[in-house]
Amino acid sequence: MADLPLLHVRDLSKRFPVRGTKRMVHAVDRVGLSMYAGESVGLVGESGCGKSTLVRLIARLLDPSGGEIDFEQRPIGSIPAAVFAGRPERALIQMVFQDPTDSLNPRFTAFETIADPIRHLSSNRTRRAVEERTAEVAELVRLRGELLGRYPHQLSGGQAQRVGIARAISVSPRLLILDEPTSALDVSVQAVILHLLAELRVRLGMTYLFVSHDLNVVRLITERVLVMYAGRVVEVGPTADVLSRPSHPYTRALLSAIPAFDPTARRARIRLPGEPQSPVDPSPTVCRFFGRCPEGFDRCRLEMPELRPVGTGRFVACHLFDDRSGPDRESDTTSG
Amino acid sequence: MSGGPAHELGPLLTLDSLSLEFRGRGGVSRVLDAVGLTVGWGETVGLVGESGSGKTVTALAIMGILPPQARVTGGAALFKGTDLLATDEKTLRRYRGGEIAMTFQQARAGLNPIRPVGRQIEDVIRHHTDLGRADARERAVALLSRVQIPDPSRVFGAFPFELSGGMCQRVMIAMAVSCSPSLLIADEPATGLDVCTQAAVLELIGELSSERRMATLLISHDLGLLGERADRIVVMHAGHVVESAPTRALFASPRHPYTAKLIASCPRPSVELGDLVTIPGTIPDFREPLPPCRFRFRCERASPECDQPPLPRFEVGPDHFVACWRPL
Repeated sequence: MADLPLLHVRDLSKRFPVRGTKRMVHAVDRVGLSMYAGESVGLVGESGCGKSTLVRLIARLLDPSGGEIDFEQRPIGSIPAAVFAGRPERALIQMVFQDPTDSLNPRFTAFETIADPIRHLSSNRTRRAVEERTAEVAELVRLRGELLGRYPHQLSGGQAQRVGIARAISVSPRLLILDEPTSALDVSVQAVILHLLAELRVRLGMTYLFVSHDLNVVRLITERVLVMYAGRVVEVGPTADVLSRPSHPYTRALLSAIPAFDPTARRARIRLPGEPQSPVDPSPTVCRFFGRCPEGFDRCRLEMPELRPVGTGRFVACHLFDDRSGPDRESDTTSG
Repeated sequence: MSGGPAHELGPLLTLDSLSLEFRGRGGVSRVLDAVGLTVGWGETVGLVGESGSGKTVTALAIMGILPPQARVTGGAALFKGTDLLATDEKTLRRYRGGEIAMTFQQARAGLNPIRPVGRQIEDVIRHHTDLGRADARERAVALLSRVQIPDPSRVFGAFPFELSGGMCQRVMIAMAVSCSPSLLIADEPATGLDVCTQAAVLELIGELSSERRMATLLISHDLGLLGERADRIVVMHAGHVVESAPTRALFASPRHPYTAKLIASCPRPSVELGDLVTIPGTIPDFREPLPPCRFRFRCERASPECDQPPLPRFEVGPDHFVACWRPL
């Protein structure tokens, strides 16, 4: 792609202090990613891998500990989150949260929820303009007018998530971050919301960063996927390609754990031995997956693997894919 | 214990026409209507349905731990020949945790937050057996080890908040199987866990079921997950059992329109977004007058004959039943 990226993230890190100590939890560790306008990118990984922290950094709800975030070629990573909330760029990056009933203000009606960002961020904030825009957005997400007067507890899960989506798109964002938007919904409702999201992306020309633990969902709605493990991106590539030919041992384990759906085709699950490493002050020279990785070898505990290209648009952070020292290349291996 | 070989001829558990309502300020909700299902000795039965289908309430009724606003209005729950719905609390207490055990979706919330998890397992063992404290403790540690908890002696003394969700689910499973129940009811054991942890927990339940010849009622909203684990699947919609069939038959040829839509609405490897089916409408309000078929107003195949009571139940294949006048 010759265009400049819509979002460009370099070496982004977030560390949280462990209460009462000087130790730090490394939630996000030197992550880099680029997103181009109109793309839909998936972010997968287990809970605690830092995917929610990463998207909150990008959405500028959290301040990074290090690294840069450029949005439309302008650096936004150093603007404190509290200041960013009042900046016009706030409208351009919006977020839809996981549990729709939890993430909506229980004392706001659906109308109030959708109108709130319009009142704060749009150029025309007259009462009439706010009402018109709210009605327009409600129609976009197919939320019936009579539901606008209801409070979150009076809405079904699917309706509440439509309100969450309407709120996010009401100020015409260019980048929409979706954090597990369907994982709290029933499958039949999930299908409806996925169709709606796919339609809105084309209709409104948005770019999606779609966080999910469900690879089957990610496959349906994204073109590219990033796999995260313990605060680091371990694999990137075209979604269909990564899911059909996963490279990183963690991606392979993740894929082998998805239910096959076909009772006749039970696959062998890759068991991950051991426990994950502690995220508190991890060693900078040990691969975070070492210890659980079925294929770990000496170099994995001596040197942190960085993302390297392994094919068209594909990157893997694993020493197995480094020509200099695969474990099979005994002649090259410098055993230490 | 009770239940000699004579009972082994029939199913371990038979729910027969269980009807149940909730009474609240808004009126009477007919939450379950003539629910019937069986679980054979050692069999793994998957119970699937969306929220509001009544799958958890069904489990709570079997366990005899319904909330106060619930009232059973008809039917029986025969376990080894004893009707659990008609028996006294003392007998139920003996069954619960001993003969029939249940694990809950929110494992951490299901555990006592201020008692070490090992002690809680020990409590269950001592309630149902004559084992002394030392022996009970030994058994609890062995169980923690069996459910693949690393360093079980240390975890024995841990509180639920110190353990991850997956670990709490394992502790709860250890507790449930501690007295070798004949029936394990696992309510959404994998929901809220990571994909890898999910698979491991389900695999563990499967292993325990087969090594102990323990029957399992596996409750989930995720049909894909049950497809890999259950011998037979029972599909619920709005308080009705709409279809039950051996797992392969259910996936190969679903006969109830709801089952077919449910399968087609699940994202799965062979399907593109355009093919992903949605199910129109929602479950009806249980407080309102309901048609005999509660899927009627969501169903594309509905016809006037669907309004004739009662809801039919046709055998459409070996051990394959469907509650529909116009099955696929």
